[in-house]
Amino acid sequence: MSKFRKDGKKDTPAVSTASLPDIVFMLLFFFMVTTVMREVDLKIQLTQPEATEVAKLKNKALVDYIYIGSPIDKAKFGSEPRIQLNDVFATTNDIGPYIESRRSEREEAEIPRLTTSLKVDSETKMGIVTKVKQELRKVQALKISYSTREGADITQ
Amino acid sequence: MARGKRETQEINAGSMADIAFLLLVFFLVTTTMDSPLGLARRLPPPLDPNQPPPPPIRDRNVFVVLVNRNNQLLVEGEPTDISQLREKAKEFISNPDKKEDLPEFKMVDVPFFGETPVSKQVISLQNDNGTNYETYISVQNELAAAYRELRDEVSMRKFGISYTDLVERKDKTMIERAKAVKKIYPNRVSEAEPKNVGG
Repeated sequence: MSKFRKDGKKDTPAVSTASLPDIVFMLLFFFMVTTVMREVDLKIQLTQPEATEVAKLKNKALVDYIYIGSPIDKAKFGSEPRIQLNDVFATTNDIGPYIESRRSEREEAEIPRLTTSLKVDSETKMGIVTKVKQELRKVQALKISYSTREGADITQ
Repeated sequence: MARGKRETQEINAGSMADIAFLLLVFFLVTTTMDSPLGLARRLPPPLDPNQPPPPPIRDRNVFVVLVNRNNQLLVEGEPTDISQLREKAKEFISNPDKKEDLPEFKMVDVPFFGETPVSKQVISLQNDNGTNYETYISVQNELAAAYRELRDEVSMRKFGISYTDLVERKDKTMIERAKAVKKIYPNRVSEAEPKNVGG
């Protein structure tokens, strides 16, 4: 029976960390693939309204965003709702050129599939939203999406 | 010059994990998981001044929803709470009892269903410039829900599967079925040219 060592003093083997880089790389690739860079720096307050009948925007590459809401920096820009395109405040007159410039970056065949996503703060009045919609109609950017959060059903 | 054969030194890969961690943290921070959700709508094309105005639609075929600046609803002339809008819209769109003051029907040949009466409903949504965006979205949402529920019902009766599930399936017959259901209850929410409804 001398095969079995009697003394209880046994060194616990260290856990091998050799596979740690592999695991980290796996996670890394996952996040690299799923990540979407934040499109812009928001200069407006944006609390999106809730809705239940939402649809996912299918192709993110074919979406342009228009932000509407009151500026965060109220001392500098006032509290009236403003339109934000890319990283700057804009007026309704800038929407047409903005859509045109976004179109010129795309392939011709993709233009009819372009969607404009309106990210509007829930406290905004409809006046400015209607003006933006009229501008979009003028430049034939008819596919729009009112960006919302998924919310509870109000009739229940 | 005697020792020609030299062992190539191995590169220490110990710091690889650190580099990978650094990148991982970067992507963890910048990533946003939310997929963009929204109510998809189509705007009407701009008005052509040369074109003759479209023929007027009969009153019984139009469901007028007004939203004023105090976010109150006037549905077909009656003040209504938003929670009742869906039911009212559903009754109007489907006109189950073939009432005289609700929309007329037109026989349309729909695939899978054959000749089916399709109501000539149009929902007219008008809002004031002072209406809150939140209210506007919930009205849009309720109207969309009314259409979706009616489609669900008719699809459930015919195919034993709800319209919502029908749309999610990707195969061809399901898409055809969804199209047929949509033909029976087409989404006809029209927004008025902007004007002040007052309030």
